[in-house]
Amino acid sequence: MAAPIIEARAIHKHFGALHVLKGVDLQVAERELVFVIGPSGSGKSTLLRCLNRLETPDSGSVVVDGIDLLARATDINRARQRIGMVFQSFNLYPHMTALGNVTLALRKVAGKTAAEAEALGLAALDRVGLRDRAGHTPGQLSGGQAQRVAIARAIALEPRVMLFDEPTSALDPELVGSVLAVMRELRQDGMTMVVVSHEMGFARAAADRVVFMDDGQIVEQGAPAAIFEAPREARTRAFIGQIQRH
Amino acid sequence: MSSWERFLDTFFNARVMAKYWPDILYGMWVTIELAVLVVITGIASGLLLALLRAAGIRPVNWLMIFVVDVLRALPPLVIIVLIYFGLPSVDIAPSGFVSTWAALALVLMAFSEEIFWSGITAVPRGQWEASRSTGLSFTQTLLFVVLPQALRMTIPPLTSRTIAITKGTALGSVVAVSEILGQASSAVSNSYNPSPLMLGAAAYLVLFIPVVVAGRWVETRFAWKK
Repeated sequence: MAAPIIEARAIHKHFGALHVLKGVDLQVAERELVFVIGPSGSGKSTLLRCLNRLETPDSGSVVVDGIDLLARATDINRARQRIGMVFQSFNLYPHMTALGNVTLALRKVAGKTAAEAEALGLAALDRVGLRDRAGHTPGQLSGGQAQRVAIARAIALEPRVMLFDEPTSALDPELVGSVLAVMRELRQDGMTMVVVSHEMGFARAAADRVVFMDDGQIVEQGAPAAIFEAPREARTRAFIGQIQRH
Repeated sequence: MSSWERFLDTFFNARVMAKYWPDILYGMWVTIELAVLVVITGIASGLLLALLRAAGIRPVNWLMIFVVDVLRALPPLVIIVLIYFGLPSVDIAPSGFVSTWAALALVLMAFSEEIFWSGITAVPRGQWEASRSTGLSFTQTLLFVVLPQALRMTIPPLTSRTIAITKGTALGSVVAVSEILGQASSAVSNSYNPSPLMLGAAAYLVLFIPVVVAGRWVETRFAWKK
């Protein structure tokens, strides 16, 4: 494995008395697509949110693209420009157009002029196939379109890695495909991605590695075929069996 | 004289009205000045307090919540009287106008801080997270993402609260401010006839109906485009 672009070591996280992450290690290589699966409450979303410090681990270390996210001297806002994130509930800014959503950070964080930001924003919307929706507000977009705008908002900053937190869970089934298609293209362009999701078909087709988490720990990881067809651990088997029945 | 004529002679006496309408008009200007000052300073300081509260500095917030709660609990008239009659004992002697302005602005500040704050907290956490994940700072997120959404939510309660407090300018009559009600009551005493009070009521309607209508317009104007 090449030098990892994401390197999380011995991460512990408590929410009050609840021990959510119990010493998790995760390395992700450049251009790798890692799928994180596991039952709800297993800590997979919390782990993902530690990778851009939306959650601060109680102990351990997180280094992304050579930046120690937990170091005092780290400018977290600069670091986050390199780490795109997509959320289950899209979280588009409802008071702005699609283009406004994409260009806000370009203008305020990346320091682009309004004209530069607009050009880059339109290019990002083009990549997700929504250039013609630039002037629409989130309320005028379908769920699938909204999530693609959210992806455009993240990739416009040209991040080194992308984090996806259940990007298709809030979508009607017929809209899932359009979002997965965009993710597949990102994958083909060589984007490093960590995806928390239960889209097994997509995992099988596109993931390099599947990580199974349960009870705040990584139980098992390996190639998609190995995890889905021949899981070694009983807990993995039980979980795979459950989601395959649906 | 029929009872209807007697009613008109008492409450809509043309001779009395003709004599006192310039006083009421002058009172209107005082009320407008007072109201504009109260609205601008009260809402601006309330917004600043709400933004400061968002910074989450505990001791500051505790003090703020205490002061805001006291100001919301006290009747505005009590605050006016405290300022007008109380401050001279520490060698500050504000005029009735300044006392009324300061008291109403403080009350509006307290209520609008609470309204702005509830708007800020009503913006979903995901909005903060999405913005912060793209590298915007706390302050940038507050100003560009959260506040615009919070302000839209706060427009209806803020409008009605602002109108309610602005009408409190009538309390200035207690500390000799010659606003509408003050002018009307002295005219009533001088003329032994309540007709100036009707003029005063008309003046309030002329002033505040446009404000209420404007408030409704602002509410529809800033509703979400679906």
